[in-house]
Amino acid sequence: MSASSELDDAAPAQSPRRSSRWLQRFVLVTLGPILAALVVSGIVLLLFGVDPLEYYGYVVRRGLLSSLGLQQTATRMAPLLFLAAGLIVAFRAGLWNLGVDGQFLLGAVAAAALAPSLVDILPGWAMLVAGFCVAALVGALWSVVPALLRAYQGVNEIITTLMMTFLGVSLANVLVKLVFLDPTTTVPQTRTLPVPDRMPRLFDTTISSGMIWGILAVLAVHLMMTRTAFGLRLRTVGANPHAAAHAGLNVPLLTVAVFAISAGFAGLAGASEVLGVTGNIQADWNPAYGLMVIPLVFLARFHGVGSIILIFLYSTLLIGAESAARRVGVPQDFTLVLVSSLLILLALAEWLDARRSWTES
Amino acid sequence: MEALLTAAFLSSLLTGAIVAGIPLLLAGLGEQMSEKAGVLNIGIEGMMLAGAYLGFLTAWTSSSIWLGFLGGIAGGILVAALMALLCVVLRLNQIVIGIALTLGVEGMTALLHHFQFSRTYPRLPAPDRVDLPFLTDIPVLGPSLFGRHPLVYLALISVLVLAFLYRRTNLGLTLRAAGEKPAALDVAGGHVIAIRSAAVLFTGGMAGLGGAYMANIGAGLFIPYMTGGAGFIGIVLAMLARGRPLWVLAGALIFGAALSLTTALQVAGSNIPTDVIQMLPFAAVMLVLVIWGRRARLPAALGVGYERGAR
Repeated sequence: MSASSELDDAAPAQSPRRSSRWLQRFVLVTLGPILAALVVSGIVLLLFGVDPLEYYGYVVRRGLLSSLGLQQTATRMAPLLFLAAGLIVAFRAGLWNLGVDGQFLLGAVAAAALAPSLVDILPGWAMLVAGFCVAALVGALWSVVPALLRAYQGVNEIITTLMMTFLGVSLANVLVKLVFLDPTTTVPQTRTLPVPDRMPRLFDTTISSGMIWGILAVLAVHLMMTRTAFGLRLRTVGANPHAAAHAGLNVPLLTVAVFAISAGFAGLAGASEVLGVTGNIQADWNPAYGLMVIPLVFLARFHGVGSIILIFLYSTLLIGAESAARRVGVPQDFTLVLVSSLLILLALAEWLDARRSWTES
Repeated sequence: MEALLTAAFLSSLLTGAIVAGIPLLLAGLGEQMSEKAGVLNIGIEGMMLAGAYLGFLTAWTSSSIWLGFLGGIAGGILVAALMALLCVVLRLNQIVIGIALTLGVEGMTALLHHFQFSRTYPRLPAPDRVDLPFLTDIPVLGPSLFGRHPLVYLALISVLVLAFLYRRTNLGLTLRAAGEKPAALDVAGGHVIAIRSAAVLFTGGMAGLGGAYMANIGAGLFIPYMTGGAGFIGIVLAMLARGRPLWVLAGALIFGAALSLTTALQVAGSNIPTDVIQMLPFAAVMLVLVIWGRRARLPAALGVGYERGAR
């Protein structure tokens, strides 16, 4: 999978012949794998004696068509969107930031530690802004070691970011249990940000406004990577670091910048969850969103709008599946099977597509 | 400090280092083979989990722990076969497929567990041990080191076998060529795809065996997500070992000891929080990378699919 965006080139064309080619390709590369993954996972459901149509129907009704479900789906999107924004930057620049979960958690802890103590000092909006800024800073700091090792020593960032995630998860736990523990409750958790002080909700719904900021973040990142000189530099580094160095780009510096931006967004994701939804962090909390968003961003081929759509679908699936676990009796783990088969089939479809265009030319 | 050096503490630390270290050793040795041949096998976590599930299932239904280990190997190889087909033969992205396979196995085994075992939670009886005569009677060291399941000794022997294979045989050279310069191997008449596929299958078998050890000997039962990142630690061990099986062994024991330090400290009555101790092995790895990072060398063609005749 190359870092160049294929969907950019595949914009609807004028001539009818080209647009029919585009449709063909859309069906083959996007719609086909999704349907095939639903069928494959449906067969898995059948093997366990569950009617797939009933299950899928329930998930759609609960996650998408019910008012409460739709609001939960939209709220769940917020942290996933911020994570996607960070991953798009890193992946387009050819860097594997697989440590977003650690950056996410530490950002969340920073926001949870700071916000309740600022409530009485700062006006509401300033407290929220401060929370987000500190979370981004802490997230970015957590990527400094992998970034420097990658930039100046050439150490593979997959390993270092994974290590930093394991470290970060434990460190977040230490901080929650020992340093920022709320002394007034018996539950091990940080101090709670009162509901009125959290991020505003949209209109008369329960949807957190974090979703809007998340969408803006993804779009901003997408435009930065595709429409600005800075984005072009980053993509050049991603496509061929040696060529980029020959073209006079400061590759190590850009590498560190990419890590800081990517991890900063992961920190924002943590803050959006704490300041918008939970209000505090309980001991041993680790939703591990990162490992799921990584494949989604891949499925979207690092495209911003594609990522937003997939995250919406994935949130629907998550909310629907959470409820289906209780009502239909299929554990939530089934979503992993669905995402896994989708990833593999999508990669296969891309392979078929590459072969097809190779034989045609 | 004196309390830390009691026989009970040392004994539980050593036992823990071995019980937690053997799965890491098997995973690390397996990953090392894939990496030598040029495949970055991120799916190893899924292979371990598949081995843990199938290993437990076979051991439980056949009431034979050895058949259970074979089941574990089969489970790992099953996932590895998919990985070999998708990543080596079709050259799909190794990281995407690796993550996808891990997620898929996590989901499948959790579902299987839910529909099969979630009501009964079956447990295996305690495994047999081989007590090496006389050696077991040494205080502290004896029961920890020499009273273990035979698989432990097999795993230790495999370290030496692999070290010999890599250093002294043609096959070892062929493996390295597949990872360093696949095109050269191809020209010399070697079969890159076959070598790499075999290496991935070997990784699957070792990882599956490691998973089965976790389920059948470490825990005595299967729990969803029970490998908990052991496969990822295996990847790190393989990368740090720079192709040397003995280094994987050293790393696995250190990681195993650190992972089990919590239990040992509880035995010794210390109250250092577990989360702090769990950070130690990872912090140690980062420190090693910061100091010797520049020397951590990986095969040149690692992660790059080989296509004959491609420019």
